[in-house]
Formats: sequence, C-alpha cells, structure tokens
Amino acid sequence: MSAIAAAPGKPSKSRFLIYLSRYWTLYLLLALPIVYFAVFKYFPMVNILVAFKKYNITTSVFNMEWAQNNGFEHFIKAFSNRDFLYALRNTLTLNLLDLLCGFPAPIILAIVLNELKFKMFKRVTQTIAYMPHFLSWIIISGMALQLFAPTSGLVNLALGKIGIGPIHFLDNSSNWVATYIFLGIWQSVGWNTIIYLAALTGISPELYEAAAVDGAGRFRRIWHITLPGLRSTIVVLLIMNLGRILGSEFDRPYALSNKLVSDVSNVISTFVYTHGIKSLQFSLATAVGLFQSVICVLFLLGANAMAEKFGERGIW
Amino acid sequence: MVYSKSSKIGDWVVVVFCALLILVCILPLLNVFSRSISSSTALIKNEVMLLPKGVTFEAYTNVLTDSKYTWSLGWTAILTVICTIISLTMTVLCSYPLIFANLKGRGVINTYIVLTMYFSAGTIPNYLLMKDLNLLNNPLVLIIPGCLSVFNMIILRSSFYGIPESLRESAELDGAGPIRILVSLYLPLSTPTLATLALFYAVGRWNGFSDALMYMKTREYFPIQLLLYNILNNLQSVEVATQEGFSNPGLSESIKAATVMFATVPILLVYPWLQRYFIAGVTLGAVKG
Repeated sequence: MSAIAAAPGKPSKSRFLIYLSRYWTLYLLLALPIVYFAVFKYFPMVNILVAFKKYNITTSVFNMEWAQNNGFEHFIKAFSNRDFLYALRNTLTLNLLDLLCGFPAPIILAIVLNELKFKMFKRVTQTIAYMPHFLSWIIISGMALQLFAPTSGLVNLALGKIGIGPIHFLDNSSNWVATYIFLGIWQSVGWNTIIYLAALTGISPELYEAAAVDGAGRFRRIWHITLPGLRSTIVVLLIMNLGRILGSEFDRPYALSNKLVSDVSNVISTFVYTHGIKSLQFSLATAVGLFQSVICVLFLLGANAMAEKFGERGIW
Repeated sequence: MVYSKSSKIGDWVVVVFCALLILVCILPLLNVFSRSISSSTALIKNEVMLLPKGVTFEAYTNVLTDSKYTWSLGWTAILTVICTIISLTMTVLCSYPLIFANLKGRGVINTYIVLTMYFSAGTIPNYLLMKDLNLLNNPLVLIIPGCLSVFNMIILRSSFYGIPESLRESAELDGAGPIRILVSLYLPLSTPTLATLALFYAVGRWNGFSDALMYMKTREYFPIQLLLYNILNNLQSVEVATQEGFSNPGLSESIKAATVMFATVPILLVYPWLQRYFIAGVTLGAVKG
C-alpha cells in the first residue's frame, strides 16, 4: 500500500481516494486516543522545563526565569538535601531487597504448583493466591495495622502464646523494612506466577515421563526440565525488574509508612509528593522526578543490552 | 506412571506448602472480618484471634449510618462504572484500527502510543498540567487522565489479532465497513478479553488512591480508598484520645475492620469468576508487550 501511495500520477491518486473512502473511519476511531496521548502524555513533558527554571505561578513555563548554575540549581540543591539522599538510599535498598526476595518467590511457587498432582486443589490454590493482587495498598495497610498491632494484633497474640514478643513490626525501622518486603511478596507472588505457569504449559509432558523412566528424581526433573523451560521468561522479567531498580511505586510506601519509620520509608515518589505537591517546591520535585526517570531509562537500556549479550531476545 | 515412596512424600510436602500459602492469604482477611463483628469488650481484652467473639453488627450499622461513608461508597461505585465504560471504549477505539496491516501511518502511530509506556512526564509535570486544564478538584480528574492504559490496549490488540483475517476479508468482500466489522465480528468474538479488561479497569478505579490524593481536595469527591486512608489514620488518633477515656476504643477498632471489609468485599466477589480470562489476558500482554 505504501508503495502505491508513493508512486506519482493519477491512478495512484484515485486509488488513494478509494483507500480513504474505505478506511477514513479508522482514522476517526483513532482520533480520540491520539488526542488523549497528546494532551495527557506528551504535552505535560513541556512542564519538565520547570526543573531548570525558577517556578513562578503567574507565567507560563517558557517565560519563567532560568534557575542558577546554568539551570541546574535544583539538581544541586537536591543532592545537598538530606531528605532526598535518604529517599534515594531507601528507594535503592527497598527495591534491591524486593528483587532479592520478591523475584525468586513466584518462580519457586510456580515450580511447586507445577508439581501439584491434584488438579482441583491446584485451581483453588491459584484462585486464592491471586486474591491479594486485587487488594489496594490502603486495604493491605489497614489489615497490616490490625494484624501486626503490638498488643492486639493476631500475629503478636499468636507469638505471645508461644512466649515471643511483642514484636513491633511497623514502628521499628528494620522490622518495618522486613514487613514491607514481606507484604510486597504476599501481595504479588500469586499473581506473578501466572506468566511462569503459562511458560510451563509449553513444556511437553513427554519430557517428564521420559525423565521418570530414566530414573530422574523430582529435583533432577525440576533442574533439567522445569527450570530450563522458564529460563527466557526469567531473563526477560529480570531485565524489566532491573530497569525498575530506581523506580518507585507510590501507594505501597505511602500507605504503609508512618512517622516513626520515615527515615527508612521515604522513597523518591513520596519525596516528590511531599516536597512538590504538599510544600509546593515544584522545581525541586520536578528535578528529582526527572533525575529518577532518566536513570530508569538508562538502567532499562543497559539491562536490555546485557540480555541481548546473553543471547536472549530482550524486551523490544 | 510408577511413583517411588519418596516421590509420594514429596507430593504431600507440596500439598502442605500450598495449604500454608492458602492460610497465609486467607487468615488476615478472616481476622479482619472477625474483628469487624466482634463485641468491643472482646476486642479490648484482646480475645479476638481467628473467630469472632460476642457477635455484634454494631460496627456495620455505625459505618452504614455514617452518610460520609455511604456517600463515598456510592460515589466510588458510580465512578467505577463510568470509568470502566469510558476506558473500554477508548481501548477499543485505540486497538482496533491498529490491526489493519494496510492502515497508512500505522507504524508511526504505534510508536507514538507505545513510547508513552516507557517515558512519562512525571508527577509534578502532570500535576501542573491538571492545574492548567482546571481539572484540580474537578471530578473529571478521576475519570479522564487515566482512561486509557497502553498495556490493556496491547492485550486487546493481541486478542483481535487472534481472530482470523480471512473472516474480516470475507466480511469486507460482502461490503461491510470497518465499523460494521468491529461491531458484529470483533467485539462479539472478544467478549472474554473485554471482560478481563473491564475487571482490570474497574479494580484499578476502585483501588485508585494516589490521583485523588494529589488532585482532589473536595471531600465530597473522595473515592473510598482515600476516605479509608483518612479513617484509618483519624481513628488512630481517636484511639490515642480514647486512652484518656473519651470514647469506645473497642468500637473504633471494629469500625476500622468494618471499613476495610466494605472496600474489599466487592472485589472479592467479582475476580474469581473471571480467572480463566484474566490469566489468558495477562499471558497475551506479557508475550506481546
């Protein structure tokens, strides 16, 4: 079609008209989404300039004065801001721990589910394991506040019966980090098995049967058949997770944090919210957000290049 | 197949592991439910573990007679329905034209859309946009800015790709236009995917919180999650006050639990029925995305 459109002369023009008369409605359908992306995704990118300007509410972003130090004033300020440095450290720490503990969890669960012989029980387990994914972080934090309450919570009551505790899960810094990571796994582990289980359906059952005939035990079968079947899925998901190592969700840390643990719970996204929207330091917060997204893109590109080096197809 | 004894033991280890997982998922909910219908004295004495003690529905009547809370529940329900309808429409509008291989400019439009998955302007630039568009404190801010997800668009497009092109071609030969083909062929054949996306959008709106936190100061338009967040935190401060004997600490505990139940139950009632479909949807999206 494009070849026809490129060719000069009358026939192509009339063909183009036929093409238009048939397909103009498709462009009409696309018009609204295209406008949507322009207005809500591309247009706000202009406001990134605020990071390099002195924010001024009375004028448009183009007319604002440039910030000092060739416009990099707010970036320099950010890096001498104690709160930001803490947020940066916490973002990295929490994401690394998430990756370390949360990434293998669904792989292990998928392998276990794959070993489960009772079909009905497997279905029930899956349905229930997907449930936490559908709960908001507000609900989870509400449940966590009740479950982990030092005197009245279920967990500490149970621990009390065997003579442990009470443990302050949510108002002691290091315990809070552990709880944060645990709740993250709790919320996502079932849901994240979906993609691994889909990959496992691609493995022919004959392979398992042949291995069993050859006398391979359960662990040998997992190691030589199941895991290789998951390899490329694991690599692709690992890349995507590495790309997000400096990204930060907002709902989870915001809903779970409290004043007593703010030194470990403040991350970049909550920093941007509190300093930008709550205390109106728009330029500083935009600079921090921009720093974060640039690093994220670099990480994603780096991780992708790495994957291609390892012979996987990457994510593009 | 013949199993050795050790393999049978292994099977049972797997079963126990899964049973534990089920307990870890369900017990927190059971505990919250029990607290919501337990008497305040039992709660103060820390007697409520998994099963309710001194069953009472006081907390629920308290919540349901609080007009602030019922209004927010109703408003969030309406909002969820509106958002789901608009989002589904937008997703269809965006994905359907892109499956026509001979659509001129398809590649460019596709890149234009998918790029927004990787690069976003950021929190503050978006906030300033809402300010410029006069959307702050406007109920539309909870509907329009998030009304189209590229990820969901990709899922629907993959599902459309799964419909044989020959069907479309024969419909075209019969003189059906693109819209006619969409309405009488593609939409009916994609109902499972559409149901899945409806679930994703509905859950997203029902659980949505940060947009309201950032863009909405008008209390009447607070969705349930934001109100829940405020209740949980306000009640915490009430609790501190009650230690000095101002009100009933046990009741405030069970009210917290009841509010959590109200925000949770609608979702729990819906998602299991769509399980088969959302599994297919997630898998499609992951492969093509």
